[in-house]
Amino acid sequence: MTKTVTDVICPFCGTLCDDLEVVVSDDGKELFEVYNACAIGAEKFLHSQAKDRITRPRMRQEDGSWKEISYDEAIEYTARMLADAKKPLMYGWSSTNCEAQAVGSEIGEAVGAVMDNTATVCHGTSLIAVQDIGIPSCTLGEVKNRADRILFWGCNPAHAHPRHMSRYSIFPRGFFTGKGHAGRKMIVVDPRPTDTASLADIHLQIEQGHDYELLDALRVAFKGEQLPDFVGGIPKAKIYEVAETLKSGRFAIIFFGMGVTQSIGKNHNIDAAIAVTRDLNEYTKAAIMPMRGHYNVTGSGQVWGWLFGFPYAVDLSRGFARYNPGETTSNDLLRRDEVDAVFVLGSDPGAHFPFSSVKKIYNLPSVAIDPHETPTTEVCKVHVPVAFVGVEVGGCAYRMDNVPIETRKVVEAPEGMMTDEEFLSRVLARVKEIKGV
Amino acid sequence: MAEYLIKNGFVFDPVLGIKGDAADIAIKDGKIVETSAVKNPKVIDAAGKTVMAGGVDVHAHVAGPKVNIGRNFRPEDKLFGYKPKNGIERMQGGFSVPTTIRTGYDYARMGYTTVMEAAMPPLYARHTHEEMRDTPILDQGAYPVFGNNWFVLEYLKNHEIENTAAYIAWLLRATKGYAVKVVNPGGTEAWAWGLNCENIHDPVPYFDITPAQIVKGLIEANEYLGLPHSMHIHANNLGTPGNYQTTLDTFKLSEGIKPNSKFGRDQVMHHTHVQFHSYGGEGFNFESKAPEIMDYVNTHDNITIDLGCVTLDETTTMTADGPFEHHLTELNHLKWANADVELETAAGVVPFVYSANNKANAVQWCIGLELALLAKDFTRVFLTTDHPNAGPFIRYPRIMKWLMSEEARKQQFDAFKHKDKVIDATNLAGIDRELDLYEIAQMTRAGPAKSLGLAHMYGGLAPGLEADVAVFDFNPNEPYAPDDIEKAFSNAEHLFKAGVQVVRDHNIASNGNKRTLWVNAKVNENPQVMRDVKEKFLRYYTVTLNNYEVTGHYLPNPYVIEVDATQ
Repeated sequence: MTKTVTDVICPFCGTLCDDLEVVVSDDGKELFEVYNACAIGAEKFLHSQAKDRITRPRMRQEDGSWKEISYDEAIEYTARMLADAKKPLMYGWSSTNCEAQAVGSEIGEAVGAVMDNTATVCHGTSLIAVQDIGIPSCTLGEVKNRADRILFWGCNPAHAHPRHMSRYSIFPRGFFTGKGHAGRKMIVVDPRPTDTASLADIHLQIEQGHDYELLDALRVAFKGEQLPDFVGGIPKAKIYEVAETLKSGRFAIIFFGMGVTQSIGKNHNIDAAIAVTRDLNEYTKAAIMPMRGHYNVTGSGQVWGWLFGFPYAVDLSRGFARYNPGETTSNDLLRRDEVDAVFVLGSDPGAHFPFSSVKKIYNLPSVAIDPHETPTTEVCKVHVPVAFVGVEVGGCAYRMDNVPIETRKVVEAPEGMMTDEEFLSRVLARVKEIKGV
Repeated sequence: MAEYLIKNGFVFDPVLGIKGDAADIAIKDGKIVETSAVKNPKVIDAAGKTVMAGGVDVHAHVAGPKVNIGRNFRPEDKLFGYKPKNGIERMQGGFSVPTTIRTGYDYARMGYTTVMEAAMPPLYARHTHEEMRDTPILDQGAYPVFGNNWFVLEYLKNHEIENTAAYIAWLLRATKGYAVKVVNPGGTEAWAWGLNCENIHDPVPYFDITPAQIVKGLIEANEYLGLPHSMHIHANNLGTPGNYQTTLDTFKLSEGIKPNSKFGRDQVMHHTHVQFHSYGGEGFNFESKAPEIMDYVNTHDNITIDLGCVTLDETTTMTADGPFEHHLTELNHLKWANADVELETAAGVVPFVYSANNKANAVQWCIGLELALLAKDFTRVFLTTDHPNAGPFIRYPRIMKWLMSEEARKQQFDAFKHKDKVIDATNLAGIDRELDLYEIAQMTRAGPAKSLGLAHMYGGLAPGLEADVAVFDFNPNEPYAPDDIEKAFSNAEHLFKAGVQVVRDHNIASNGNKRTLWVNAKVNENPQVMRDVKEKFLRYYTVTLNNYEVTGHYLPNPYVIEVDATQ
């Protein structure tokens, strides 16, 4: 027989859907079906059941092969590596729960690590822009219940956040939005004709790299001032039309993604986008929100915020916290040879960092904590597989609008596997012993 | 647990009525006991020093989403002041919005042991509890906000007190909250459309209810339940010249309502940071109306207030009063964060520099102090800065200095660029009153504890109370300079929290055993409210009902206060 677990939280993307239903065996040891999730989310649950899953830590041998080791040995290696390093990098933290992030932060404090999360190659530029100009934002429920002007800039939720439009932004019927998508105007700014763009009322197919100009042009258009004939390849009549559409709404929201945060202009693009939102608040109500990627990258920024005061790129190596993106960010540190050990948890820099950074990881003492085999585990010296957060262990995660939700355990991890938090707690205890604290 | 005897200190304790006489205080098993009850105590020689109960802060923004926005969007707030880790002390950063670790330690250094987080958005309750969990030493609770909540607006539109009360009980349990907080009633809901409610009769868009109905209804629902604390309000129209009339109108909504609480409080309304609500005149001719406000407070004993003193610092303002923060960013053109929360509330965050060179800021400084110096009953008027809105909490000792020393106030007046204009617009220069430490203990210990319904635990040194005791290196019977007050009360020599010595010889000695207080109010089953809750979650919230309640490890050491309202 089977049982169905309801109200399950999906540990994939920042949309953090919490209405999944998962069918598991009566003894809670096997997971059979996932309902309501998108294809990616469902796969995350089902993948935990893979028969060839790695369930014990492994250490790389001289000849390049893996040797299975015990968790105790992995803890010893990790604790020694971190305690002996002058300035270890502890990177990732986006696909785990806040409890593990908090224990990891304490380790970082004890060993003088640099703590950095995936924002460093994602929305870190947004965080910098927020430090420049602030951010008028809201929860996703405000969008669902009130928003009638939806602008997606440099993001493609149809593929990256597949249930975003149906749960929050375009299709739902909320309290003041009873007509659903029919009552909303959807604008997409993207150089590509994406699946998201295909749904839009207006698609501004901007020339690549001209986001800053177009955002500024909108600010000019709000004030009714003169524009050149084309900005970023968009005719001025279209820009005036979009400006008028936004101003005439009751509640406008801008969602933005990597298309603006990591293209030319970076944080300055986001400065401009937030300035557009501020300006719109002179005419109507407007908000803006980054489309955060990992399901709990937001949470790691929150945990470090209350513990250290900075959302990413936190250098603890001097005994107090410093923050200087460009200096204390992972890729800059790796490529300048400023770190002497690498610890990765809840992310896959092997797949997403520049190759020059990945080579540095390969040449350093390194540990990867990850339920999966990934490009990162392939370049690290030790791989510690752990239980899937949100599938085999619960814990807190923060949605892209900073709303914290407690994820659920729906199925048992394979026998004898540790969780992130358990592993980190043991490492912390061992680090304290080594350091004599 | 270790026994302690704090010998021969000059004790200031409103609960025992001791006004600076030398006395011994004994601690055993986490409580204060008769001196005869300790057998082999560690003795602390407090001769020539001041001994008080641990401080109780009734209103500060120290944990939760908007506080963390303030931290994360102001890296500049961490410049220069970062404190490295040292022994058991973890690293501590931030000035106006300190990290949770620094928050716990800095309050302890001031001799405070209990601090209430003043505004918790219910949907973000987990976040607030996570931060409180990571704040060492202090006992804490958090007030969920109710004044713009759709359930409350809909029930109170028809004056359904019983349903409102049942919903309050449900939400306090779901969020593990402590009290009913109201911020800009109706105005924050209006802000969801970019609007505001500017007086107590200004109707809320769509919901067709006035702030007055919301406030009165919530007072009644609060008394229906008999909660430990009264309804705790930040009224409409904060910060606007001429707003004192709105404040008086709001006060008057409490008239004729008597407290119904077995927790010993006498008030039915706590009005917070009244300094921001005591302005007369208009525009640049902005002036103090503290006398009018205090005339009302002094003659109505079912109200308590806290000050919200401006401390003339660079700080970070943060409030659930969304429209006000937008107004502020238009005024000072500094960065602005806003966070509207579905069905419940909103928040805004804007940095602000209170300058002695700015006439308006100097007038605000005067008003905060006037409110205290015009008070008749210090068990109803509490010292706060609405941390960090009017200034960071670490300035409490400086406010004590200003309140206790006319000379200190004169020095500050002399530092104002527009001294004469400031004196014209205020009354402070004509007040020569100097408070004593007994009155300070009322404002910072016994008074807030009683107002919170926690006089059975905190705020005094009577046997049976929690052993929260502070020893300050300050001899009130020797001559002292005003700055000695600030120095001594910023830096407690010893502090005990529930019998554990957390500060020893001015150093943090323990991370304590912090507790989170919340109120579990039992009400009769109310199928209508439960049906409404289910429906709203199904249709309008973006989290499911089953994922809403805060449970388990978010409160590792909970202290539950039970209230039975089933009769």
